[in-house]
Amino acid sequence: MLLPKQRAASVGVALLASFVLVLGLIAPALAQGAVPNSLRIMAPASPGGGWDQTARYAQMVFRDARIIPGTVEVFNVPGAGGTIGLARLVSTERGAGDLVMITGLVMVGAIITNQSAVSLAQTTPIARLTAEYEVIAVPANSPFRTLDDLLKAFKENPRAISWAGGSAGGVDHILVGLLAKEVGVAPSDVNYIPFSGGGEALAAMLGGHVSAGVTGYGEWAAQIEAGNLRALAITSAQRVPGINIPTLIEQGVNIELANWRGVVAPPGITAQQRQALINAFDRLHASPQWQQVLVDNNWSDFYLSGDAFAAFVEQENARVTAVLKEIGLAP
Amino acid sequence: METLGMLLDGFSVALTWNNLLWALVGVTLGTIVGILPGIGPALTVALLLPVTFGRDPIGSFIMFAGIYYGGMYGGSTTAILLNTPGESASIITALEGNIMARRGRGGAALATAAIGSFVAGTLATVGLTFLAPVLVQVALKFGPADYFALMVLAFTAVTSLLGSSLLRGMTSLFFGMALGLVGIDLQTGQARYTLGMLEMLDGIDVVIVAIGLFAVGEALYAASRHGRVASDVIPVKDSIWMTKEDWRRSVGPWLRGALLGFPLGALPAGGAEIPTFLSYSLERRLSRHKDEFGKGAIEGVAGPEAANNAAAAGVLVPLLTLGIPTSATAAIMLAAFQQFGLNPGPLLFQNRPDLVWGLIASLYIGNVMLLVLNLPLVGLWVRLLSVPAPYLYGGILVFAALGTYSLNHSWVDLATLFVVGIVGFIMRRCDFPVAPAVIGLILGPLAEQQLRRALAISQGDYSVFFTRPISATLLAIAFVALVGPAIVRFVSGRRRRAGAMAA
Repeated sequence: MLLPKQRAASVGVALLASFVLVLGLIAPALAQGAVPNSLRIMAPASPGGGWDQTARYAQMVFRDARIIPGTVEVFNVPGAGGTIGLARLVSTERGAGDLVMITGLVMVGAIITNQSAVSLAQTTPIARLTAEYEVIAVPANSPFRTLDDLLKAFKENPRAISWAGGSAGGVDHILVGLLAKEVGVAPSDVNYIPFSGGGEALAAMLGGHVSAGVTGYGEWAAQIEAGNLRALAITSAQRVPGINIPTLIEQGVNIELANWRGVVAPPGITAQQRQALINAFDRLHASPQWQQVLVDNNWSDFYLSGDAFAAFVEQENARVTAVLKEIGLAP
Repeated sequence: METLGMLLDGFSVALTWNNLLWALVGVTLGTIVGILPGIGPALTVALLLPVTFGRDPIGSFIMFAGIYYGGMYGGSTTAILLNTPGESASIITALEGNIMARRGRGGAALATAAIGSFVAGTLATVGLTFLAPVLVQVALKFGPADYFALMVLAFTAVTSLLGSSLLRGMTSLFFGMALGLVGIDLQTGQARYTLGMLEMLDGIDVVIVAIGLFAVGEALYAASRHGRVASDVIPVKDSIWMTKEDWRRSVGPWLRGALLGFPLGALPAGGAEIPTFLSYSLERRLSRHKDEFGKGAIEGVAGPEAANNAAAAGVLVPLLTLGIPTSATAAIMLAAFQQFGLNPGPLLFQNRPDLVWGLIASLYIGNVMLLVLNLPLVGLWVRLLSVPAPYLYGGILVFAALGTYSLNHSWVDLATLFVVGIVGFIMRRCDFPVAPAVIGLILGPLAEQQLRRALAISQGDYSVFFTRPISATLLAIAFVALVGPAIVRFVSGRRRRAGAMAA
């Protein structure tokens, strides 16, 4: 016979046990099962670029791996380094739980150089997806055989070294700025020659019109393999499997730079909506289809989701702001 | 002839039923998107790219190439009929082509554009087949200083478009160049004249300005005169086809257009617009019917249309041999190659000769298909011109607005279109030529970037423009083109006066 107090306690234990049991059943369902019924993916750029491709491949995998039950739609809001799409995400799409926007390091820079009124801090970070590493190369007939040769000449007479790369304030420019700082050249002394689009920069390199060049490895991979360009360093932390180029770090230059891409959601969504989006991207990342997309496009897996990704975005923002200030592109 | 053998192998790939079907799908799609302003071949290929994931790369590329070539054919149709160029390489076509159409010669204009595209496209494909490896080595020699000199040469083409008044023509040119300053300056990353609007950071789209100045300005002008003056659009008269005279006057421009377009298209920073400017001014200088220019000269359609199609083939030279994309469509085709795990370049010719030569062979086939597809359409298109003017211009306005909005889905673009349209109306009303404005907008920013790039590389030394052989030669040609006619006029004037005195 149980005393009333004991009975109350045992009822309490039973309740607690059943609660734990129910929670135990629900939690994994929340972690794995609950994904949005449908999804819209905003590519804040024109069709064809890296952000657009990321959006369209994600759409394909969400469908083919049956991760999202309903429709998955991709739409483009191009312009101003993605900050037009960002402005829309933060204002008119506020609270929309079925939307993510592709973002990346390029947008971090564009927000600063364009003096955008909205920033990534106002979004709800979901996940980091891919990375492409930058390569530093010289024309095949260049006198610079190694990174040391190039950096020595750079230190002696910074303006005599012309660096080809993408648009001013972009990832390529940021890398040259970091490099200058690291070897003790004032970033404002860098003779950086921006080219629009990868093609023109590559042509200038192959024609020997510039001293050195910086770009995403994938863009020049074929020319490096064919021996038309000499790669001096890659910006990954460790050597990338299958790419026989020494990292900056192993050559004594302490810089690591990944041109990463990820997804963020609008502000003002509920915790459940945020978790559902994270679940969806966790499952995307785990699918064999996505792994195949990474291989086919030469993208490195750089997955990180939730709070850890939010912290990463903050770090990147601080680092990029500092460099752009020194180059003279940030107020 | 090793190349010939490989080309024949290519035809055996391209002539399978499957691949012929892909080519037909591609050229049909391309013609359609070329006609619609705003939707270009680049966008179309980008949207189709994920669909082809995991499918046969050869068929996919044959389709993409068909879209690319088809877009160039289609672009001229709206330029000629509606004065609404679908893309920037067709802007020059609109100048004489639309005047021809309004004088009842639309059929001949469309036919010379289609046949010229076929002739130049085929010649340029022959060039691609046999000259690509040589040409690309020459193209790489072009540095920023040389490009700047090329832009200067292209600027001299403006002299043939200034109209009756030098002051008005130059005003129009500088208006275009001023518009070209809007947006982020590529060299420094600083915003210029954006009025604090994010939407202005990427600058003002050339196609929007062209449609605004040409089509909207034209429609407003027509509306302002409606009822007061009889419609100036004459429906098709006589035969819709080219006369013997038309043929004789078109052949030369086609061939010269192809010769200009192909190598300039192959330059990594050349593009398809510059050869159309140069072709127009060259034809005007060479023509025996100089007085007809500005009033619907068929040479002014035949030359630039041939040039832009040849340039389209030229773009494939750096793409296939080096993996250098030089146009928006080429950039997306490069992404497509990478999706299939292929890297364009010398290795591609060795590793996948079936794909490269199959693709090149399909270009010959696509050109024939486009001619067969487009010539019968001429008869259909010209009937558009018998639509009464109010409906026709109303339709043009809808078409222009739709096309503009579909570019970026931005209201700012629409506002720009109509503001520029009103400017175009005023310019027309006050007899300012609009073409120089468009040329200023295209060439101004290109010339500025190349000039500053060249000076940054030379660390401020201006002598690079005169010490580099390519640059010096181009500048010398530009000088002759600019000053030559004046000297000839001066000398012949003196001789005539001397003759008169002697007599």
